[in-house]
Amino acid sequence: MIVQRLAGRLGLSELAFVAIVAGLAVLVPLANLTMPEGSLLHVSNASVVLFGKWMCYALLALSLDLVWGYCGILSLGHGAFFALGGYAMGMYLMRTIGTRGVYGNALLPDFMVFLNWKELPFTWYFFDWFGYAALMVMLVPGILAFVLGWFAFRSRVTGVYLSIITQAVTYALQLAFFRNDMGFGGNNGLTDFKDILGFQVQAQSTRAALFALSALALLGGFAAAKAIVSSKLGLVLVAIRDAETRTRFIGYRVEHYKLFVFVVSAVMAGIAGALYVPQVGIINPSEFSPANSIEAVIWVAVGGRGTLVGAALGAVLVNAAKTWLTAALPTLWLFVLGALFILVTLFLPRGIVGTFGAKFLGRRGTK
Amino acid sequence: MPSPSGGIRPMPELKRLLPRFIAPLLVLAALVLGPAPGALAQSVGDTLAKFATDRFPDTARGVEEIARSGHPTALEIVEALGENRLAYSQADRSVYVIGKDDQVRSAETGAPVADIAPNQLRRVRINNPVRSAIAAALGALRLNSADPVQRRAAAEAIMQAHDADQAPALEAALGREKDARVATAISQALAALRIVDTKQPESVRLAAIDTLAERGDREALVMLRNVPAEAPAAIRQRAERAAAAVERRLSILGGVQNVFFGLSLGSVLLLAAIGLAITFGVMGIINMAHGEMVMLGAYTTFAVQEFLRTSAPGLFDWSLLFALPLAFLVAGGVGIGIERTIIRFLYGRPLETLLATWGVSLALQQAVRTIFGSSNREVGNPAFMTGSFDLFGISLTWSRMWIVVFTIAVFAFLLFVIRYTDYGLRMRAVVQNRAMAGSVGIRTNWIDALTFGLGSGIAGIAGVALSQIDNVSPNLGQGYIIDSFMVVVFGGVGSLWGTLVAALTLGIANKLLEPLAGAVLGKILILVFIILFIQKRPRGLFAQKGRTAES
Amino acid sequence: MNAGRTTDALLYLDGVSVSFDGFKALNQLALLIAPGEMRAIVGPNGAGKTTMMDVITGKTRPDTGDVLFDGGRHDLTRLDEATIAELGIGRKFQKPTVFESHTVEDNLRLALKAPRSVFPTLAARRTAEEKARLDELFATVKLDAQRRTQAGGLSHGQKQWLEIGMLLAQDPALLLVDEPVAGMTDAETFETAELLKRINRTHSVVVVEHDMAFVRELGVKVTVLHEGSVLAEGTIDQVSADQRVVEVYLGR
Repeated sequence: MIVQRLAGRLGLSELAFVAIVAGLAVLVPLANLTMPEGSLLHVSNASVVLFGKWMCYALLALSLDLVWGYCGILSLGHGAFFALGGYAMGMYLMRTIGTRGVYGNALLPDFMVFLNWKELPFTWYFFDWFGYAALMVMLVPGILAFVLGWFAFRSRVTGVYLSIITQAVTYALQLAFFRNDMGFGGNNGLTDFKDILGFQVQAQSTRAALFALSALALLGGFAAAKAIVSSKLGLVLVAIRDAETRTRFIGYRVEHYKLFVFVVSAVMAGIAGALYVPQVGIINPSEFSPANSIEAVIWVAVGGRGTLVGAALGAVLVNAAKTWLTAALPTLWLFVLGALFILVTLFLPRGIVGTFGAKFLGRRGTK
Repeated sequence: MPSPSGGIRPMPELKRLLPRFIAPLLVLAALVLGPAPGALAQSVGDTLAKFATDRFPDTARGVEEIARSGHPTALEIVEALGENRLAYSQADRSVYVIGKDDQVRSAETGAPVADIAPNQLRRVRINNPVRSAIAAALGALRLNSADPVQRRAAAEAIMQAHDADQAPALEAALGREKDARVATAISQALAALRIVDTKQPESVRLAAIDTLAERGDREALVMLRNVPAEAPAAIRQRAERAAAAVERRLSILGGVQNVFFGLSLGSVLLLAAIGLAITFGVMGIINMAHGEMVMLGAYTTFAVQEFLRTSAPGLFDWSLLFALPLAFLVAGGVGIGIERTIIRFLYGRPLETLLATWGVSLALQQAVRTIFGSSNREVGNPAFMTGSFDLFGISLTWSRMWIVVFTIAVFAFLLFVIRYTDYGLRMRAVVQNRAMAGSVGIRTNWIDALTFGLGSGIAGIAGVALSQIDNVSPNLGQGYIIDSFMVVVFGGVGSLWGTLVAALTLGIANKLLEPLAGAVLGKILILVFIILFIQKRPRGLFAQKGRTAES
Repeated sequence: MNAGRTTDALLYLDGVSVSFDGFKALNQLALLIAPGEMRAIVGPNGAGKTTMMDVITGKTRPDTGDVLFDGGRHDLTRLDEATIAELGIGRKFQKPTVFESHTVEDNLRLALKAPRSVFPTLAARRTAEEKARLDELFATVKLDAQRRTQAGGLSHGQKQWLEIGMLLAQDPALLLVDEPVAGMTDAETFETAELLKRINRTHSVVVVEHDMAFVRELGVKVTVLHEGSVLAEGTIDQVSADQRVVEVYLGR
């Protein structure tokens, strides 16, 4: 019934988006696993990983669009939620290595043995159980977003101040995770994963499955986001974005709405990070780098904020360009990225989808 | 807060040259007894001949003898030997000192010799035993030097080497000494030796404890702690009390030192943030490329120094003076360019400005990387920025000191510009009421451009200063941008004084936390504190109150 | 002022002072609004009209003084904007602020009296009752033709009415209306006066206005503010005749 309610509200570009992502979720693994190498239809293993990464980025962009595009909260720290989700997954993957590590310690991950630690820190308890890790993937980013949002929104920290704070938070987290005694692998982070839920992380079939899961997570995230923005609560979010004070004087507790959407968004970003880590095989503190978070913002801006589909599209387009350019003309990439930031804000403030595809969006595609 | 690794350069440690080897007693005995010039004068030639045999034992003996001789050039000869500047002619075995300016002088008379070039001579080689002999001889010779600074340094060296054999030399020197400061240094060195000397009467040892306690530095503390457990109770107790007193004094000094380091860090922060205080605080523009303006200033310094190195090396010490206006113009010019081409279309849309200027920062970094390469560039310190000096037992580097002074100057300059110049008046008018300012004939868009240029230019000259203490690389600016925003937001947007107080507070807090929590954790704690603070007082320390004009 | 009377008043302000950086925006302000009353508040610029609205709606906390609502049942100085709005005080801003990227209908829908907390709002559905209320509102503010138009596309006067419509949708006991006819044509001004009078049949209204013709048109009791306190109170003719009022306001 919810599906029906949602489907009725989807516009042309949204239907196309759902169809394409669902199609990819099935076709990419098939083309990878069943088509012989060299065949035109074959998708290489490297491409599966690359596309899987893009799906995760698209989900991150979607989560950012939910807070920025619809509620006007420009978070420059969404990479932190992504990284925290990634670390939670990474910790599960580390614990499952067991005795197959270099030091063969059944309980302690290699880096702890290397640091001469004797006991597992309490933060690592239960992470050998996937269910617990999966819960943490959502809880940790969610709780951070709740605490941060609780203080910030209640004190009416808005606009650029909030952006600067979120940036400082991810920066502080990066510094913290660099420290060895935080117990998360310091500089090197977590890597050398062996298997996930009993399947080999490196195996072709596992990678294909992880891709399919990422695509499904993107669809799920889209469904959730669309359900939120097309509800009456979605109306309130946009109202807050456009005239916060007015919304307050009508009787809505703006801080509660912001908190809700911020937490939902952080959880989505955490899930994206958790799916990202087993595919790329490593998570380290550089994922917290403020530059990463800002880069995610430009994905959303390029695709079109406040359109959801646009955010996902932007993430894929920018990252495809990055993959191509950093291989072909490495020195050019940062110029292109820089120019993208400038040109999009100056000439395409509504992004690709917002400018060219607005009439194909469903109800409340906004602006 | 710049990263600890970036902020502090490994300072050349004071080289403690005098080794702890037991020095030949003979040398000292001779010196203590005092020179007998007449008797020994004719044997100087024989002594010098020992340096020309090219055998280490002869050389070592030569050192001892020349030190004992009291010959006027003795100190010069021994110093030259230690620095590999003593040489002899293979033809006639006469010995020469080669000056640091390559001037060849006769070792015996010190008179310049015109017709011999250094490359015609053979240098006297030294090994470790010779080095110990040199060290011992130098200690004693310098104690007799005509220069009070040398005599004092010699006493300090003996004290640090804890060389018990030098006691007689010290005693003799103390008797002769006229200069009060040198006398103090000698008596302290002597005290350091006597305090552990069981042959001394108790009263002398107690007096030695008091002398060291008066000195009261870390060196003295070590000496006081050196009192062995089997020493008489009276001495032990007095030493313990003295040690405790010295420790208290040292911990207070340590605190003072941390505060100074904090002030120094604070002024670096202020320097980096002050331009932002104008562009963000006064104009409300979020300039994420602010750090890159700092970086441009640093690279301007680098370029100026490169130019001087090749075309006017003599002017190197003035390089910063040339770099300052250039950096202001370069960064200010780039700033005005950014304002005219990008920011002016985004007024009133701070989040968009933030994104666009971030793009600018990426492009600028990449541009600098393409032109200058991505590795660190060496920016030299002019002479007046090099080295360190002591203030009440605290060692301060000149570069940090000058940056504090420079920061104060920049701050004062800015206050002056804003308060007392015609431009400042117009700028404040535009900030307070743009429409009204426009209608009384102020060209508001020019004021915008100039103000942005001023903020960027100030960032540029901050870059000149920071090039002296931080690594000059394309990422230089990235290290400062978040900290700068924190400073401005913490101080209260729009308040220059707030920025000053915030920068100094954060600098000092950071340095006081460092010994307790470590550099990184300290920094994280500060960030967390600011984040919480902004939640409590969203408009900063020095908030500007007023009726908000919004909806 | 007699403390016993406070229980009768819908809105009660006494001894209210607010200062910004030493400037006294409100200075011992006292004001009583009876249930069902319509009151016009006039005063020169800087008299403290907007600050008074800010204090009543919880945007600004007074330094001193009492602000009580609904017969003294609620102390407004302790509540936030959203709570005060839910208690039944609606505010229309001087500059019309509507949600520009929403349709006119969605603007009104957001303002309709309904649970305001997060989860009920997330689950809210359109109901027949809601539709009936909306139809009624559209009839009152005469924007039926613009129902599906984005509010950003409305004319200035239409935005003013939409905002009044949103106020009505909240069904507040007291409406605070800040300069409703600024920038309106004479015809629109007249219609707005009629609209406010109609609204006043079921709601208490406080109107802040510069336009004396409009205030005369309303024909209600007038309070003149000056330098943050009440200078005079009475009918429009009485205050117009007051020498001090003429000096500070009418006679400028």
